[in-house]
Amino acid sequence: MSFVLWIPLVGPLAVAGLSLLLRGSALRRFVGVAASSAVLVSGLLLVSAVLNGDVPESGGGMLRADALSAYMLTVVGAVGLISTWGGLSSAASSRTKDAAGYEALIALFLAAMSLAVLADSIGLMWAAVEATTIATAFLVGHHRTRRSLEAAWKYVILGSVGVAIALLGIVLIYAASVGTDTPTLSWVLLSQSTRGLDPALITAGGALAVLGFATKSGLAPMHSWLPDAHSQAPAPVSGLMSGVLLSVALYAILRIQSITNLVIGPEFLRTMLSIGGLLSLLVAASLLIRQRDYKRMLAYSSIEHMGLMAIGVAIGPAALPSVLLYILGHGLIKATLFVISGRILKVEGTPVISDVRALLVRRPGLAVPWLIAMAAIVGFPPFSIFFSEVGIIMAGWSVGLGGVVGAALVLLLVIFAAFTRLTVQMTIGAPADGAAFTPDYSTHGPRLPIILALATTASIAFVAEPVGTLLLQATAVLGGTN
Amino acid sequence: MFETFYPQLIGLCTGALLLTSALMVWRHSLLASIRLLALQGVALAALVAVIGIAEGESELVLVSLLILSVKGVGLPWVLAHQSKASIKQIQESPRLNPTAALLAVTLLTILSYVVVSRVFGLGDSETGHAAPIGLAMVLIGFLLLISRRRARSQLIGFLLLDNGIATIAFLTSGGVPILLEFAVSLDVLLVVLILHVFAGRMRTKFGGTAVDQLRELHD
Repeated sequence: MSFVLWIPLVGPLAVAGLSLLLRGSALRRFVGVAASSAVLVSGLLLVSAVLNGDVPESGGGMLRADALSAYMLTVVGAVGLISTWGGLSSAASSRTKDAAGYEALIALFLAAMSLAVLADSIGLMWAAVEATTIATAFLVGHHRTRRSLEAAWKYVILGSVGVAIALLGIVLIYAASVGTDTPTLSWVLLSQSTRGLDPALITAGGALAVLGFATKSGLAPMHSWLPDAHSQAPAPVSGLMSGVLLSVALYAILRIQSITNLVIGPEFLRTMLSIGGLLSLLVAASLLIRQRDYKRMLAYSSIEHMGLMAIGVAIGPAALPSVLLYILGHGLIKATLFVISGRILKVEGTPVISDVRALLVRRPGLAVPWLIAMAAIVGFPPFSIFFSEVGIIMAGWSVGLGGVVGAALVLLLVIFAAFTRLTVQMTIGAPADGAAFTPDYSTHGPRLPIILALATTASIAFVAEPVGTLLLQATAVLGGTN
Repeated sequence: MFETFYPQLIGLCTGALLLTSALMVWRHSLLASIRLLALQGVALAALVAVIGIAEGESELVLVSLLILSVKGVGLPWVLAHQSKASIKQIQESPRLNPTAALLAVTLLTILSYVVVSRVFGLGDSETGHAAPIGLAMVLIGFLLLISRRRARSQLIGFLLLDNGIATIAFLTSGGVPILLEFAVSLDVLLVVLILHVFAGRMRTKFGGTAVDQLRELHD
């Protein structure tokens, strides 16, 4: 099975090369879809291997897929497929020279995320996370307007500085391991309980690494790049960045946490992540109330959900299955929303909420999926986000973090109200001046990815086997027994 | 023979690293900053070579050559890659005046000595004693990032930050595994190239590279 580990790395790279070679061919627009399919298929293969009790390794232990890695790889592939398929460009626009670089960078981006979740060495994981910044820099600045340039500059500067702080943390963790018999950055070796790592170095290293990766996962107070970058990037890129790149950074935090937990106990990072999570919810709530731009609204929603996930990570093993399910549900729904927002932006020509009115009457083809996905993102059942949020809050009560989850619940209610108001403003009502119009039933793009994403999110929480088993196995990997 | 010189060589290299960092804060001309950055890259490479020879590790000598080519030659060349005439004219007008900035550098250096000795203990080795220099460089890098207005000067702050992290890595643990060292160097090189391209686009779009102009996106 170990060759499967190479597919999500080599596959996207190969199609990226193909994209640059296929001059002026309309086939080029399928490059992103092909790359994400490769990632998704290998993710599913690895999941089935893991469920059979196997842990595929390759490259001398450099690449490794335990239950958590296999699950994350599947999420990367699934969210990637929804984003790229849903945001498929027209055949005409894919013939331009810009499109070649664009598609190639999307494929590279997917390969970098796959490497981040498959790497056993936390050093290699770091390099892969930094590579995602490199791959997405030109994607954020793709439109070449003043605004997208500003967003890209802030994104690359803050992203790289944040990730540099994480490198400092990883360097200190390595320094701690130099004090033992075998200096290593391998996560498997570092998370063995009997190594006697220096607690002071691990505390400092863990704090810096988590701080750095928290910047990349958009937690407050290091979030300021996120609304700019996610609102200015093309829709499929926003979907990928919001839906899965943030979660990949959270995955890095999970790996670091399992090392520090063994040496210094869970309290230290629990405090850090709880504060970060609550601050993120607060920032999202206060800026969503008066939000005017619907892509920025989606970006702040990502800060909100990452905040709640961080609180889940702070709670520990009791909440981790919910957090992992959350990662999938949020990824799929956020990708869907960004894809639809891209279509709305294209046909309406404005990102301003108050300029888009009565969408349900004028363009039901876009408004209906938008409303359903919005219901999912604010946490209506049967969508899995509801069950994840309930799971995290219950777990918080049970481990004695009632104050934190109570405050989170209040902020969630504020965010719920803000979201409902903004969505109603966009969709419900009659068109201005009673002007004549014909209802537009077109979805302005592929319909199937949106249906697939919504159906998966609506049903996945009810599938105990194999999803539940996989989530429990992934939690066990991180040292939790639940 | 080498043993007697070893502490002095370590002191010399780390001293050069700290001095170039402080001078970067003091000088306002972009060209001078880039030259200081090149000098710092050479000092870092020398430090790695000294540690490598002292510990008899040929791998570290290889790493030192890599650092010399990337940080000493490659990155400064990329940054200075425009007509010499135009780059000479670029003067930074930072938010802090030179006296306040140098005072801040002093305070940051003292702070990093206090932090490192409190948190980790300084240890007995020569390299352990010099480790606070790396942290001071990281903090001075942050100072440059915050206080400079021009895109390329911020980039120099970022590189100083990165040099500081590398210094800490070599002084505390004799460097990270060589594969990671390659990946880090490649990543930094690509980030600098990307930011360089963006700075160029900024000049054509905004008519200048002052980062203060980036204020269209806000809530």
